[in-house]
Amino acid sequence: MTTQSESLNSQPSTLNFPLSEFLQQLLNGLSLGAIYALIALGYTMVYGVLRFINFAHSDVFMVGSFIGYYAGKHVPERTYWGGLLVLVVAMLGCALLGMLIERLCYRRLRGSATLNVLITAIGVSLLLEYSGQVFFGATPRTFPDIFPSTNFAFGSLVISSNQILVIVVATLLMVALQLIVYRTKIGTAMRAVSLNPKAAQLVGVNNDIVISFTFGLGSALAAAGGILYAINYPSIDPLMGVMPGLKAFVAAVLGGIGNIPGAALGGLLLGTVETFVNGSQWSTYKDAIAFAILIGILLFRPAGLLGKFTVEKV
Amino acid sequence: MTSPLAPRRLIRGAVLLSVFALVARAAGPIKLGEVASLTGKEAAFGQQAHRGIQMAIDEVNARGGVLGRPLALVSEDNQSKPGDSATIAKKLLSREKVVALLCTGTSSNCLEVAPLAQSARIPLIGTTATAPEVTEKRDYVFRSCFIDPFQGAVLAKFATSTLEAKRVALLTSVSASYSVGLSKVFREKFAALGGEISADQKYSEGDKDFRAQLTAIKAAKVDAIAVTGFYTEAALICKQARDLGLTIPIFGGDGWEAPELIEIGGTAVNGTYYASHYSSESTAPEVSEFVKKYRARFNGDTPDSMAPLAYDATFIIAEAITRAGSTEGPKLRDALAATKNFPGVTGRTTIDPQRNASKPAVMLAVKNGKATYVATIEP
Repeated sequence: MTTQSESLNSQPSTLNFPLSEFLQQLLNGLSLGAIYALIALGYTMVYGVLRFINFAHSDVFMVGSFIGYYAGKHVPERTYWGGLLVLVVAMLGCALLGMLIERLCYRRLRGSATLNVLITAIGVSLLLEYSGQVFFGATPRTFPDIFPSTNFAFGSLVISSNQILVIVVATLLMVALQLIVYRTKIGTAMRAVSLNPKAAQLVGVNNDIVISFTFGLGSALAAAGGILYAINYPSIDPLMGVMPGLKAFVAAVLGGIGNIPGAALGGLLLGTVETFVNGSQWSTYKDAIAFAILIGILLFRPAGLLGKFTVEKV
Repeated sequence: MTSPLAPRRLIRGAVLLSVFALVARAAGPIKLGEVASLTGKEAAFGQQAHRGIQMAIDEVNARGGVLGRPLALVSEDNQSKPGDSATIAKKLLSREKVVALLCTGTSSNCLEVAPLAQSARIPLIGTTATAPEVTEKRDYVFRSCFIDPFQGAVLAKFATSTLEAKRVALLTSVSASYSVGLSKVFREKFAALGGEISADQKYSEGDKDFRAQLTAIKAAKVDAIAVTGFYTEAALICKQARDLGLTIPIFGGDGWEAPELIEIGGTAVNGTYYASHYSSESTAPEVSEFVKKYRARFNGDTPDSMAPLAYDATFIIAEAITRAGSTEGPKLRDALAATKNFPGVTGRTTIDPQRNASKPAVMLAVKNGKATYVATIEP
């Protein structure tokens, strides 16, 4: 690896960009993108069944990392079983929170105008953020080292075990999600509700349970994203969800909202692009460039990369 | 405002006012306003400074107060959010009628408060606002700390002489005026000393991921990294730099100074350096007495420079009120401007004609999770 990068360095390559730096940035980008992808999945699943954007999702992500923060104090540091236990506790806690939000806030609005639900979602989001400031305090907390961490060096390429962990856990969760959606009864019901809620009800699907399950599943993924984010960037605060949430929403739109593999692809793409811009001399414009790419893609593919364009019936 | 009033009404008004003033003087305390980041991202600055101000006020009141009246502190929290400092300052000025304002924490906070204090003609002291523009063109705005051009020169000198660095990477927080200003001076002074800025990378306040910038810095093969932002980001930067295998020294300005730097950064901040206003290890009698009192009051905590700077600023105001013999804004302003060789914990403070304090800086090193004294650098 070292010799390769040095030979590239010494040759006046057209890109003037050594291979090891490229690989390092790609890895950084993929581990950031995997977290965006996990959050994006929640946005896209809720949109799939209910046709609205759950803006409170990014704050469920924040609550996930705070559950991890408190749970992490009760398990021994730097052990795999302790870390996985914290991950499971946070996912279960957030699944409950997600279902509770749906039951209390969104269910009674089902059938009313989309705008009403959207505004309620923004309200729930602000409620979670500012309740977080009251209960957790606005001061950033240091997230405990719940997983053992080591660095592996391949020449000048350094891979941290946390980055591998993020990519592995995210991939496993996405595969599990795919299996749930396409291989289980409840997954079939989810797809049925997404296709046509009234028809699904007619053939005996209980829409309430399916929608509740969708919220639970999406929120559990957000919690996993929250823990993985906090492991990599161990300073958490009640407003930490705002930016990653926005990026994940963009990722979901980029991949084609309502499309599960699309959300994963959009997250990875956005994370990678952002990292490459960040490492260049235009780092000040990193968000501007990432969003400009989004606009560019949507101009040519209005339904997103993997989305299907459907004509809205008026 | 008074021009349409008839002379007789004016006299009557003046008599009434002075009676009120006498009553108020006999009864009410003198109110000082504090704009602070008591919670949020920069809470470590605000909390420490708040303790310093409280200590100073209690000591002044124990001696019988100022002009025979006790001092009272009205504190408001800006939650480290942009925009909130201005709202708070308006409240302190119009509702609480404070006689002077203390603004702790960052230059950005102080820049929000400065125009309001200026138009209300109430003196403002920034305890740690080191950006030059805070006091520029505003004769009611003072500071009790050194300014960034001086700090930038100190860092450049430290990088070339102590670290013997020839190639340095610079990481600037583009959304903090403090960081942008400090980087600008550092860039000039370091180049003047023969150094080269080999990588000039940027980030924003609240960013969590710096691996991209650090990977680019690693490829530039530098001797040291200068991070001119604040402690939360600095700690994360150190952590991610060590993860990427960068073992070179990392250094920064007084924005790094907070217990959270070591708490978040852990072992990754060992081998880092930052500029500061004082060292708690100093053997000067003022310092050791202050550290003793502080530890006794706050469960044995050791104060960083935020507390002594705020402590000194409060005493500077108390002393100026005594010299002015009044709490009126313009008179207090003149008395503050005339502050000379005020003996404080952070050295002797003289307010110069630009309303800045000229005093020395110290460089601290983080070793085994503790900040230790390296050198004092005079203006």
